[in-house]
Formats: sequence, C-alpha cells, structure tokens
Amino acid sequence: MATTSTVEPDTGAVERRPAVARDADAVGRRTILNGLFVLPYFLIFLLLVALPLGLGIWLSFQDYDMLGGYGGSVGFENYQKLWTDKIFLGAVRNTIMFVLISVPAFVILGLALALALNNAYKSSAILRSIFFGSSVLSVTIVTLIWRLVYMPDRGLLSNMAGSVGMTAPNFMTDQTLALPGIAIVTVWWIIGLPMMLFLAALQQIPAEVYEAAALDNASRTRTLLSITLPAIRRTILLVALIEVILQFQLFGQANLITNGGPNNASRPIVMFIYEAGFRDWMLGYAAAASQVLFLLMLLASVLQMWAGRQKQEA
Amino acid sequence: MAGLVIRHVAKSFGRVSVIEDLSIDIASGEFVVFLGPSGCGKSTLLRMIAGLEELSAGDITIDGKRVDQLAPGQRGVAMVFQHYALYPHMNVRDNMAFGLKNIGMPRTEIDTKITEAARILEMGHLLERKPAQLSGGQRQRVAIGRAIVKSPKAFLFDEPLSNLDAALRARTRIELARLHHQMKATMIFVTHDQVEAMTLATRIAVMNQGRIEQFATPLEIYRKPATRFVAGFVGAPAMNFQPVKAVTSEGGNAVVELGAGVRIATRIPSAQLSASGKYEMGVRAEHVTAGEGAPAKADVVEHLGDRTLVHARLADGATFVYEDRGDSSVKIGDTVQLSVKSEFVHLFDVEGRAFHAQ
Repeated sequence: MATTSTVEPDTGAVERRPAVARDADAVGRRTILNGLFVLPYFLIFLLLVALPLGLGIWLSFQDYDMLGGYGGSVGFENYQKLWTDKIFLGAVRNTIMFVLISVPAFVILGLALALALNNAYKSSAILRSIFFGSSVLSVTIVTLIWRLVYMPDRGLLSNMAGSVGMTAPNFMTDQTLALPGIAIVTVWWIIGLPMMLFLAALQQIPAEVYEAAALDNASRTRTLLSITLPAIRRTILLVALIEVILQFQLFGQANLITNGGPNNASRPIVMFIYEAGFRDWMLGYAAAASQVLFLLMLLASVLQMWAGRQKQEA
Repeated sequence: MAGLVIRHVAKSFGRVSVIEDLSIDIASGEFVVFLGPSGCGKSTLLRMIAGLEELSAGDITIDGKRVDQLAPGQRGVAMVFQHYALYPHMNVRDNMAFGLKNIGMPRTEIDTKITEAARILEMGHLLERKPAQLSGGQRQRVAIGRAIVKSPKAFLFDEPLSNLDAALRARTRIELARLHHQMKATMIFVTHDQVEAMTLATRIAVMNQGRIEQFATPLEIYRKPATRFVAGFVGAPAMNFQPVKAVTSEGGNAVVELGAGVRIATRIPSAQLSASGKYEMGVRAEHVTAGEGAPAKADVVEHLGDRTLVHARLADGATFVYEDRGDSSVKIGDTVQLSVKSEFVHLFDVEGRAFHAQ
C-alpha cells in the first residue's frame, strides 16, 4: 500500500507530518464494488424470501382457485371470509394455545436440564447427548413413537396406567388433551436446542462470580435468581423468540398424530393453510391465512423483544 | 480482627497431591503473603481458607473457631478475586450490598457501611455505575469495597493486582498497604510477584511444590533465605549460584574453592558444614564488587538507570551478575576483577538447606 508521507531527516525540530492518505483502491475504502460480497446472499434473499412474501401478499387479495382458475382481484374478501370461518378461527385459537403451552415449557425445561447438566461429569455429557439426540429424528419417526405411547387401549401409557389399576389420559381422542399431547411430543422432540443454548450461556458465566456469591452467603435460590438468570437473560429471550416462531408453525405432529382432530381441537393454522391451498386448491384464501399467521408471529416477536428491552432498562 | 491457624492441611485432586502437610500460624492483624511460582499450591491454600476447596486432611481455625467444615459465607472471610468477580448486572452499590442483604442486615446499616467503604476507597461517585462502565482499577476498588463492607475476620486476596497495568499495580499496592495500616485487618495475599510480596507483607510464606519453604519477614527472607529455592526465587536479579569444588576452614570460617582456582572466604562457621559434603555457593549481585579479584569478561551489560547489571564470565566459564553504578562505563568485552563480600556469601547443601554468615 503506497502512502504519500515521507520520512523527514531528523532535524530535532517537531515537524507536522501530513495525515496518511490512502490510494483510491486501498483496502478499507468504501466502494460500490464492496457490494459484490453481499450480492449472492442478497439475490437468494430476494428470490426465496422477499419475492414469495410479496407474491403471497398479492395472492391474498386475489380469487385464485387452482381448479376454477384465476378470478381476478377480490380486495379484502379472502380476509373477510377468514374472519367468519369458524374452522380458521379455531385454528388460530389452537395455535396460540399451543404456543402458550409449549414455549414456557421449552424455556423452563430447557433451562432446568441445562442447569442440571452444566457440569463436568461423564454422566452429564451422556445425558446431554441423549436429550439432544431426539432433535435429529424426523417428525415422522417422532410421531410414530408417540402414537405407540398414546395409542388408546394398547399404547405404552395405557399399559403402564393399567398395570397400576389406573386409566391413562387419552391424548389422541380427548378434545381438551389433544393439544397438550402434541405439546408433550414437541417438547420431547426438540428440547435439545434450548438446552444447548442455555448450556452455552451458562458456561459463559465465570466460576469466580459463583464463588463470590458463595462467599456472600447467597443461597441456591438466591444465586439462581440474582446471578444466573440475569446473566443469561438474553439467551432466555432468544430461546423464547426462536420457539415462538417455530411453534406458531406447528404442522407435522398435529397432522400425523391427531390429523387436526378430534373435532378440529388440534388443527393449527399451518394445517388449515395446507388444506385450503393443497386440498381445496383455494390459493388466494390460503395466502390470506398465511398473512394472518405471519402477522401473528411478527406481533408475538415484537411484543417479546419489547418486553425484553423493558426488563433490561428496569 | 482474628488470627488464623492452619494445621496439617492436605489437598489432592484425584491422584495429584497439591499440598501434602502444611501448617502455618497467622497472627491477628498480620499481612501475610503466600509467594511462589505457578502451581506451588498458594491459590489452593487460599481457596481452602475461603471454603472454595475442600480439605483432604487437616483443619483451619479462625479466631479460635474451626471453620473448615463451614460454608464459605459462614467463615467470616472476604475474598478479592483476580478477575474481580463483580456481579455484572448489578451496580456498584448493589454489588457491595449483596452479601449484607443475604445475611438480613437492615437497609440503613447497609447504607452506612457502603458509604464508609466508598469514603475509604474514594469511590463515592461510582456507586450507581455498573461494572462494565468501570476501568480495571475501579473494578478492583469495588471488589475491595465489597470485601470491606463485610467487616470480615480476614481478607483474602487472590492475585488481585495481576490484571492491572504496571503503573496502576504500583498505585494499588500502595493503597492496599495504606488500607492495611488503617484497618489493622488480617490480610492474606497470594501472588507470584516478589515485589508485591516484599512491599506489602509483614511476613511472607514462600511456597514451593505444596510446601512452605520459609515463613519470615521480607528482610529475613531476602537476607537469610532458608533454602536454595527461596534464595533463587526472591530477589531480582536472581542470586548468583556457583558449584563449590571444596570447602576448607580458616579461623573457624569456611573457605570455598570454585573452579579456576578461585577461593572465597566466608563468614559461615565451618563447624556447621561437613568437609565431604557437596555445596553450592550463592551471592547476590549487589554483594559482588568489581575492583580487585578474579578476572572476568563482561558478557551482557544492562543499564537500569539507578544501577547497572553486568553479567561477567570467569575463566572457567562460570557467570556472575554484579551490580555497578548507574553511570557505569563497563562495556561488553571489558575485563573486570570480581570479588565478593564474604559476610554475604551463602552456602546450600544438596538438600537445598542454607548456611549463612554468623
């Protein structure tokens, strides 16, 4: 890299040297060509995120039936129909309920597991792998396993309850238990990620801080509440945010375990969208339902981040 | 303030024994420094006093009460950690109040204590700041303040100055000395820095491989090191050591013979030594003088401003470091005549035991 500055002979006097000027092509100069580095990602983002989002929004205002053909723009008609569609409203309710059940479970259980396994014991390392292991299974396998557990009369749960003279709750056919049943399956399936995120956060807390707390007479509960939780607050928010976004998209488990039943009690929004779009071929209607889901997720995420920031400022 | 007694303490991690059998009595109000190289067990010993490590054997008594079975918080000690260990999400005031709240101290009393500690440490303006908004020196001050408010029976410092830059380290050292003088508190300080040890301690425990080599005042440790290890570890530059070829006696004092026919008279009573024993001679740089004596060639010359260290090689290859004036004109390659002050010559036997002039 060439510079315009020169080394003056040392005359003993303090000399003012010009600031180092860079060549036009020097590293660090901002030029439009730097944009090339982000171009590949930007193109993919446009193609796979921005364009489908825009198309989806456009589609939600159209009468687009795969069987009946394109019926032109219909304004807000699709949204108005959704507002009065009892099955859709039920799906929204179910989805929100599922998020409300599963997200706190992910945060609390994930944290509890991380706290219990945050040590150097070999047994903990094995258990960490086991708890994370289920995350790599496909939804088909997971639901197959849990159908064997939940199956009325012949399932594992039923057999276990029967062996001690009790009746097992029927997660597949009881309207009130269907969603909690799916939530249990979901938590079992992917508790590994929150656990790992919490473990990573816990391991960032210096041991000295805990030692200082021990010398400060802090009880275990006080240490958890005053030292650990504030230290991993960002991770708690991150886990909650990830899980809200993930769990709003519930589909596979509900589709394969209860098929949305009994009596639509476990039909989530994504399943409604799938059925409207690819069973009934009403693409405009399905797109409108998708926008509602998108707004719900956006709202939940913004709310959460806002709440997190409030707590931080407090 | 209270005295601290450690009796036959041992510590091992699995099969690795860090401390085998260590006893030490620390008087009330003393500033004791555990000095030693990395891995000598000094921090482990401090952590055992604090209750952060369990003892494998032995007992620890503070103020007449056995504490080694108690939880760290109940031992009446406060610790200042190397990396400060401040609670990052609490401001300075809450950091200092945390321990007091945990023992249910009334709010007004806590406030009084914090105000007093802040006054002593001149950090009243920092109380509402979070640790991240403080400089390294300020954090260390807060960590000391957090210890002061607890009015502990003993203060424990685990290399608290090693994260500070040189200037700040010197300043904090002076502040700690002043604090000890003000509070008359029992303080135990772990360090590998001999300057910290020499300047702060009323007594230094020099540790090596889990043992205390010597427990004495800084001057005694410097002048009469009990072992070869202490002699070599304390003092900069390190003491000159030379193997002794033969020991003879003249007027009841030992005369040692080095290589190349160099004979050095000592003031060490020869009755203490055995004629057949193998010895090593030690002498500090400031006790080697240039003028008359054995010829040596200057190898390295280090100008330190107030003094000059000259590394000179005798005819047989043995190297001595000696101290010259700050404006010394000795240059590399010059020949100098070296002699040693006989009253400052030490001898060490093969077990490292030291013999000094009487």
